[in-house]
Amino acid sequence: MKDAFGHPQSVVVLGGTSDIARELVALLMEDRGRSVVLAGRDRMALEQAAEDLRHSVARVRTVTFDANVLDDVDETVMRCFEAAAEAVDLVVVAVGELGSQAVDETDPDRVARMMTVNLTWPAAALSVVADQLRRQGHGRIVVLSSVAGFRIRRSNFVYGAAKAGLDGFAVGLSEALRGTGVTLHIVRPGFVRTKMTAGRSPAPFAVDASRVASDIMRGLARGEVVIWSPGLLGWVFTAFRFLPGAVWRRLPG
Amino acid sequence: MTVTVASSPRPLSGWGRTAPTTALVSRPLDASSVLASMHDHSGGVIARGLGRSYGDAAQCSGGLTIDTAGLGHIGALNEVAGTIEVGGGVSLHNLMRRLIPAGWFVAVTPGTRYVTVGGAIAADVHGKNHHRDGSFARHVVEMTIVTPSGVVTVAPDRDPELFWATAGGMGLTGVVVSAVLRLIPVETSWIQVDNQRFTRLEDLMSTMEETDCRYHYSVAWLDCFGGRNGDHRSVLTRGDHAASGAIPHRLRGRSREMPGDPRMRVPHPVPARLVNRLSVRALNEAWFRTSLESRGSLRPLAGFFHPLDGVARWNLLYGPQGFVQYQFAVPAERTDVIEDAVHSIASSGAPSFLAVLKRFGPGTPGPLSFSQEGWTLALDFPLGPPDLPALLDRLDDAVAIAGGRVYLAKDSRLRPELLPVMYPRLGDMSRVRRRVDPEGVLASDLSRRLGIL
Repeated sequence: MKDAFGHPQSVVVLGGTSDIARELVALLMEDRGRSVVLAGRDRMALEQAAEDLRHSVARVRTVTFDANVLDDVDETVMRCFEAAAEAVDLVVVAVGELGSQAVDETDPDRVARMMTVNLTWPAAALSVVADQLRRQGHGRIVVLSSVAGFRIRRSNFVYGAAKAGLDGFAVGLSEALRGTGVTLHIVRPGFVRTKMTAGRSPAPFAVDASRVASDIMRGLARGEVVIWSPGLLGWVFTAFRFLPGAVWRRLPG
Repeated sequence: MTVTVASSPRPLSGWGRTAPTTALVSRPLDASSVLASMHDHSGGVIARGLGRSYGDAAQCSGGLTIDTAGLGHIGALNEVAGTIEVGGGVSLHNLMRRLIPAGWFVAVTPGTRYVTVGGAIAADVHGKNHHRDGSFARHVVEMTIVTPSGVVTVAPDRDPELFWATAGGMGLTGVVVSAVLRLIPVETSWIQVDNQRFTRLEDLMSTMEETDCRYHYSVAWLDCFGGRNGDHRSVLTRGDHAASGAIPHRLRGRSREMPGDPRMRVPHPVPARLVNRLSVRALNEAWFRTSLESRGSLRPLAGFFHPLDGVARWNLLYGPQGFVQYQFAVPAERTDVIEDAVHSIASSGAPSFLAVLKRFGPGTPGPLSFSQEGWTLALDFPLGPPDLPALLDRLDDAVAIAGGRVYLAKDSRLRPELLPVMYPRLGDMSRVRRRVDPEGVLASDLSRRLGIL
């Protein structure tokens, strides 16, 4: 159970090897954590992430799944809830893949995969997570979206379009969850220096995963539905929405 | 018979409004329907009275809360034995309105009348007379409890194990459907009050140690903001029930007045968070300045015992994030823990609106019953200051090391690993629970958070 300050005791992470998720879980578990379930594709990387948590959290479990396979979304989420072995206070949805725009945009299989991994699988999983938490009577969901989906750019529109879809789904779901005891929080980071973006030149306002994690903690404490990271991007991207296409196209990053 | 209040889950939280969760709510009217509704539910069941515990004791996320308002009968007053039989859902407010005109009063009242008899037993509440009379459960002659394995009547000499596990057991042994309470006779509804002011904490505490025994009721209020030289001002209020001879002529017509309903109501939503550093400081200043030294002044019982009951929904003043109550007890010789707590709060910048100090007499055999001989300090904090969680964690450590404990009826954030340190007889509680609730039906957000088996 969460306490009066919102410290969770039990967390499930879908996409448990994500750098942002790992930083976030470390902060979430600092005070009252006792159970973490990390779910992801890469068993070795999951075990490594689990090992890092074991010195501070009593119970750490891992679950493997492939976000490109849609047959068993339901089963995967249920396995995570069972592995938690207690009420789940917070679920982080950090599943996703940045892809490679130049390769992806002309390859129908790659486009389909990008949509599946970044949008279809996470959205399907969210529907199961929301139902479980609703039954449980409480819980919070953190969905990692991206500014890339807020106003889509030429340079990463495959990823951006998938994130736009997920972001829209999450906004709608957060409305549907009002009054159920469950809340949903959408995180829109800018360029984050992680292993996912390694080798790319950072865009303006680039931050580290640890900064995103602390911004999420602050947003959760304030009960914000949309959490920008860094916070200034909320204003910047709201302004960007109204930029004429000719200007938008010429912006760096 | 059961009246189902809502067919869909409803958000519920404690009086501090900090951690709402949703649950179904039923309102059974008798013991057999309480039992039936326990068996209908697999998601956990807990009783809920008037929702005045501050944290998450009377809610059960995803399960069923049994609203005890339907168990509100008040039986006949036995004037020979000085007892009364009442339903577990009867509020002390309604009970006092019945008792006072007849010349009787409850043996123990907490700081609000808006608690149920069942809740008062489950939290084993205490009042300003704990130093001489102990806690609420000391004055329960017998009670009938619905446990998942059946309806039983228990008393201190009839299944004492279950009786004492229920006293302070936070509802985790079952639902108290009725109880026989021992009362005290009173001639009037007035209290004769002595007020003393102190500018040093040390002086206050030694006065309480030396002379509390002369008074029926005693409590002290502290200004946590600190006065001159880093010390803390305080007002000690002590009193006794006024005899009819002490009532002046002009009050004769009101000598046995019933407590009334709240005169004011906080609007919802509140326009702004009214409890903040500035307003708390101003109120503390005003309180100290207007609490003049006095001897033998008459105060109506309601104003003396339940000063906040005059304003309905006062908890909303803390704003939408709510507030945390923190109350701990430490052995009599550990006055240093009290002093350190007051100093660290004063220097932390987390304003505590109410800081109430009281001396406890001996506790009860209840394994989860809060009161223990020594000192108790109650504090409340609006949510918001970022260093508040860590401040309270540090206080927990000091309290646990000193052999003290925090009050579960107010808790909403204790570290689970400290519970068995503070309540070393937790195992006795679990043993009783395994006996009366072998399938583990009874659960609350509090029991899950703290891992009470």
